[in-house]
Amino acid sequence: MKSDNKIIIVEPSPIVSAGIASFFNDIKQVSIVSQLDRIDRMEEKLAAYNPDVLIINPLLIAYDTNEQFLKLCRDFSNVIPVALVTSYVDAGILKQFKDVIEINDSKQKVVTKIFNLLSDNKLTQEKPESIELSNRETDVLVALVKGMTNKEISDKLFISIHTVITHRKNIIRKTGIKSVSGLTVYALLNNLVDETEIYK
Amino acid sequence: MADLVLGNSKLLLMFPRFGMDLGFGDHSIAEVCAMNNVSAPFFLMICNVYCNDDYTPSPDDIASVDPKALINYLLESHKYYLNERLPHIEEHLNHIIKACIPKYGNMLHRFFEEYKNEVVDHFVYEEKNVFPYLQQLVNQNVKTDYKIRVFHENHTNIEDKLSDLMNILVKYLPANVFPKERIEIALDINELSADLMSHALIEERILIPFVESLEA
Repeated sequence: MKSDNKIIIVEPSPIVSAGIASFFNDIKQVSIVSQLDRIDRMEEKLAAYNPDVLIINPLLIAYDTNEQFLKLCRDFSNVIPVALVTSYVDAGILKQFKDVIEINDSKQKVVTKIFNLLSDNKLTQEKPESIELSNRETDVLVALVKGMTNKEISDKLFISIHTVITHRKNIIRKTGIKSVSGLTVYALLNNLVDETEIYK
Repeated sequence: MADLVLGNSKLLLMFPRFGMDLGFGDHSIAEVCAMNNVSAPFFLMICNVYCNDDYTPSPDDIASVDPKALINYLLESHKYYLNERLPHIEEHLNHIIKACIPKYGNMLHRFFEEYKNEVVDHFVYEEKNVFPYLQQLVNQNVKTDYKIRVFHENHTNIEDKLSDLMNILVKYLPANVFPKERIEIALDINELSADLMSHALIEERILIPFVESLEA
């Protein structure tokens, strides 16, 4: 297991959130990089920190935001989603998660669960890091090569400018291509856009 | 002199810019410089920037620079990139472009044209703004409120697109297109980007501090 595993906690109750975080205080291999009480800014944080584990209270994923959550799971497929269950949650919802932390779990039990998930994940993800662009990164790339500004991209995809910039950084890191015209060539070679859409 | 070059092949590209031809025999660096009317300390300063990434000339060294020689050297470098290196890469690239399906070919062509324009703009900017400004400073006859800081901040990075082209050739262009030619280009790009890097270092470590010392 690598030594800097990152966790984001999304939990409405500050007491519970602080409690879970305190379990990891004295554990060197894991750091809590962000604690949120709502899911609005989750995509931004996921893009910024690229965490290993996302501990989230499923109560926050209401029926109308379930689609959004599923999409995030697909876009950030290297993040392990873990449910933090504080009251009764439908089993169908819990199926979306790799594991479940119960409100009555001991510190020992919670830490063990997370460690097991992290080492499983390492076995399946031995390759350095996915170099394939996520769906969201592809959306940003396509918008970029069509000549849209960060602001326009942020409006079109309903994400903050900050998130757009983070996606752009990840695109550069993954493709090794820094200039927009270079990325245009990349997008064309991979059939992400059509020639007629770019050169008008 | 011959020992210097044999030990540092990177320096080979530098000689034409000083108007020096190979075939040094056993002449010393000082002798070759004297024969070609080049200041030996300035020549060595450039050599040092070329060979040591972390070499920074001392303020005294900077003060001793002859502005004419410096401008001349930079102009010669620009000429070399535009008239020799880039056309060379372009020629190889054109073979690849012809062999590609038109969609990819057009795109590569467009990419390289954009890159060339960017390089030309970059050089023209220096030749139209920075070098005349340096002249004016030397003649103590400054007509603009231009400051070298402005140049420093706007000094665009012309290596990015080159490394992008490298990535495209190595990673993304379909494998069956002109494999030999592609390797040729990759070698050329490598050489060019290393040389552009040194060129940028010369501007950063010699040109800019020199102008700043005159501004102060």
